[in-house]
Amino acid sequence: MQEVMVKRASELMADGTVVRVLGWKNGEFAYDPTPAVFESAEALNTFVYNDFCSSNLSKYLIALSKKDGKTLVFLKPCDSYSFNQLLTEHRIDREKVYIIGIECSGKVDEAKLREAGCEGILGIKSEGDNFVVETLYGDKTFAKADCLSERCTTCKSRKVVAYDEMIGENGEVNSECGRFDQVAELEAMTPDERYEFWRGELSRCIRCNACRNICPACSCEKCVFDNPNSGIAQKAAADSFEENMFHIIRAFHVAGRCTDCGECSRVCPQHIPLHLLNRKFIKDMNECYGEYQAGEEAGSRAPLVSFTQEDCEPSIVYEREASK
Amino acid sequence: MQVNNEFKPKIVAFCCNWCSYAGADLAGTNRANYPADVKIIRVPCSCRVNPMFILRAFQRGADGVILCGCHPGDCHYTTGNYYARRRMTMLFSMLNYLGIEKERTRVEWVSAAEGAKFAATMNEFVETITKLGENKRLEDLRCKK
Repeated sequence: MQEVMVKRASELMADGTVVRVLGWKNGEFAYDPTPAVFESAEALNTFVYNDFCSSNLSKYLIALSKKDGKTLVFLKPCDSYSFNQLLTEHRIDREKVYIIGIECSGKVDEAKLREAGCEGILGIKSEGDNFVVETLYGDKTFAKADCLSERCTTCKSRKVVAYDEMIGENGEVNSECGRFDQVAELEAMTPDERYEFWRGELSRCIRCNACRNICPACSCEKCVFDNPNSGIAQKAAADSFEENMFHIIRAFHVAGRCTDCGECSRVCPQHIPLHLLNRKFIKDMNECYGEYQAGEEAGSRAPLVSFTQEDCEPSIVYEREASK
Repeated sequence: MQVNNEFKPKIVAFCCNWCSYAGADLAGTNRANYPADVKIIRVPCSCRVNPMFILRAFQRGADGVILCGCHPGDCHYTTGNYYARRRMTMLFSMLNYLGIEKERTRVEWVSAAEGAKFAATMNEFVETITKLGENKRLEDLRCKK
């Protein structure tokens, strides 16, 4: 896969279609490839693509599409939804981007590999239903089902929704992915249990803002959390209120625009399941205002920027809670 | 000196300028009774209220927050309250999901002619919050006296 991608990228750079390539290169360790921009054919020698390359590249296109010349980008299915959403919000210039869609069968959660006792990671290969991880202590084999990240085990779609050309087969939308199961479990709890659960999770927050910075939907140039007059800018949460507030507002600001790419939970250094907040909004909007998948179609109208006269009243929240 | 330990809730009511604020006015001129615990904040439209306003009210010591606007279809700006309705549905659902008492937040549509409804709504809301007691789950200890 990596060789095919580098070859195609070199071709497109050589014939002048694109002037730079957005992809991944190895980070500090073999298991943390980072997004990188390659501006020459030689630089592409360090291009990397493997099962650790889980970062979403679409947000980087906001800055790159302001530069001169076209950018070649490799988008996985998740990333292409984010791309469409950014296009809808006029954050990216489509003319300045050349997209190669790449098939994806799920990315590895490095923390799960560690839990399974895998140390000294040097590389990874995908073989059927298994990952073969090359380590300092020899090759180790792990079943894919055990070490895929959570968002990949409940993958909503393997379909690249925006591309100029594809490498590999384009997949299908999976409507039976069960990504709302965990939300439903929480909903079934009593309010006290839920409060305890979320206190346990959110009190770990160190307000590093990684979830905001990585989020392709959080692309405001001025963020409410950076307002120096707000009293909450760039500081650790001092109180349980601030923890709650940051997470409610963060999730609310992307409600209807969140494509559920799961980057927030991936980058959280405290492993807070932030996707459960986003998915709650998606689930509610699906139930109240009809099925909607942000980013599936460029130019679609999100539920919170439209309305019908017959919408349910906010009291539906009490009714639904009471009917359980 | 006798100290009154009876719990008096603090209620913040966001009222839209065109309907509910006038409705509150009418409640006053009609001499309808509603508790003085309700503090009214006038907003241009129910749609002006963003989730941060509501969280801020709780932070600064409110025990309940109610948003009043024109009846759907009657918005002075034609469609503002339709957007507010969707937003507040989502916000309340999220608060409930985080285990915060769902009774503490409410949306009511009160027109300029419904002084009696305004007073009745406020009486009922204050009663609910008095029963629930102090807001503990969304309080900010630094804002407590």
